[in-house]
Amino acid sequence: MILGIETSVEHVGVALGDHRGIRAHALVASDRRHAESLTPMIQFVVRQAEATMSDISAVAVDIGPGLFTGMRVGIATAQSLAWALDIPVVPVCSLDALALNANTEDITVAAALDARRGEVYWALYRMNGNGQEPQRITEPVVSSPEDMAIHLADRAEDVVCVGTGITRYEETFSANPWVRVLGGETQFPSATAVVSLGTAALIDDRGIAPHAVEPMYLRAPDAEINWKTREGAR
Amino acid sequence: MNVNESTVVLAIETSCDETAASVVMGGNDVLSSIVSSQIDIHARFGGVVPEVASRAHMEALIPVVNSAVEEAGILPQRIDAVAATAGPGLIGALLVGVSAAKALSLVWDKPFIGINHLEAHLYAGLLDDPTLQFPLVVLLVSGGHTMIIEMRGHGDYTILGRTIDDAAGEAYDKVARYLTLGYPGGPIIDKIAADGNPTAVDFPRAMMHDGLDVSFSGLKTSVINYVRKNPTMSNTDIAASFQSAVVDVLCAKTIKAAQQVGAKGIVLGGGVSANSALRAQMTERGNAAGFRVALPSRAMCTDNAAMIAAAAWHRLKSDGPMDLSCGAYPNLKLSDVPR
Ligand SMILES: [Zn+2]
Repeated sequence: MILGIETSVEHVGVALGDHRGIRAHALVASDRRHAESLTPMIQFVVRQAEATMSDISAVAVDIGPGLFTGMRVGIATAQSLAWALDIPVVPVCSLDALALNANTEDITVAAALDARRGEVYWALYRMNGNGQEPQRITEPVVSSPEDMAIHLADRAEDVVCVGTGITRYEETFSANPWVRVLGGETQFPSATAVVSLGTAALIDDRGIAPHAVEPMYLRAPDAEINWKTREGAR
Repeated sequence: MNVNESTVVLAIETSCDETAASVVMGGNDVLSSIVSSQIDIHARFGGVVPEVASRAHMEALIPVVNSAVEEAGILPQRIDAVAATAGPGLIGALLVGVSAAKALSLVWDKPFIGINHLEAHLYAGLLDDPTLQFPLVVLLVSGGHTMIIEMRGHGDYTILGRTIDDAAGEAYDKVARYLTLGYPGGPIIDKIAADGNPTAVDFPRAMMHDGLDVSFSGLKTSVINYVRKNPTMSNTDIAASFQSAVVDVLCAKTIKAAQQVGAKGIVLGGGVSANSALRAQMTERGNAAGFRVALPSRAMCTDNAAMIAAAAWHRLKSDGPMDLSCGAYPNLKLSDVPR
């Protein structure tokens, strides 16, 4: 069975499942109490599935982009579980998981998460339907919502927009007649989506060793940006 | 749970700029102690940058934990409990270690213990010398802390004195930065002070005769003022005179505290206690006042996970395991037990 961990947004999600589907899942809208909630939730979900820790054959984890602290809690937990169980980790991009919420066939999907500081993390996808892996049209980036909106307007095609990066700046996107915005629970990537993407990746042998997992930050630490600016000015 | 000499604890420490893991048996038999330092990563910023530290902890975590278990020469099944520093420290950094330790505790079905980093520093001295007897007076000096603590027994502490402004290590860093000597300031000043004259400048010893608290902010300012007025003065003499003032105050206050509580010994702890002048003076003056002075090895003075494991062994014995809902507590006080 695959354990899915989702901590890159305000929510904490855990799910356990395999190619036949989800056996158990839990969600806590904990508002950034990721570390406190995560381990007890894994314990709970494993028990609810009437499984044991040793039944887990891989850990799929959302590696971001998203909340840095949340991502690290999820990744450190996934790495440690996998190291101790001697099983692989499947890194899942938060935007890939988010795109899966727009479960429509043959349409362009824009997945965006609020990156704070007036920016969004986003990527564009082609959906294949039936919960299959979304195909990336553009790679994940961080930009202003305005830049993203201009990109969408330039494409001049129907696009389903999903995620907190859209809903927070809805007026920026809704002016575009091609855009349809999804709201509600679909704004957040889910642990069940992390499990389904993880399952697909494992079939392709895309599991990796725990120490090789890297967070997808997309943004350098402020101190590093300032330091480079200073060095560049010299 | 029966906690005894054969109880093995794996501990993880990620509170500041060292990623560390250690396996300790029976509370004082260090089977392995791995420390991956980030000093080089932070040097260009002139201090520890929290986000940079958190990222570096993520990279080092699994290799460090893996080495600690491998070097201990035990199978993971032999580990009886898993501990991590729960505070005080940088929140993002602490969360990496706490999350990892709780995950290991869950997989192995072994108790988890979240440890107070300050309490763990008190155990570093006992780890190196288990024959020490209570009550002890511990001088805990690092980049973040300056405290004189009475340790009457396991889990039984009173803070007798503390800095009212800068920590000793902070004063070293600031003076080193002003003299453009580099980072971290402690080891650099210690090194060049060896070639300088400690009586070249008579820097002030603040609050020398009022109680057991200390203050370093005025000293830092007078060093800066002095250098401004005497630009030709050699850095080695400034460093030696500054260091002499810091060490003088720390020794005098610690010995005074030991006399007040009738301590059986004086123990040093924290990164600044690796300072050669502090070690030499405390030994000389402490012994002259009739106290046994314990100087933990340099590796035990600076942040490490063996001291976390030692503290965890005692906490497990006295309080039992903790809940897996433990988080990180960046502002934990010495008297606080994480929950
Ligand atoms: Zn420390």
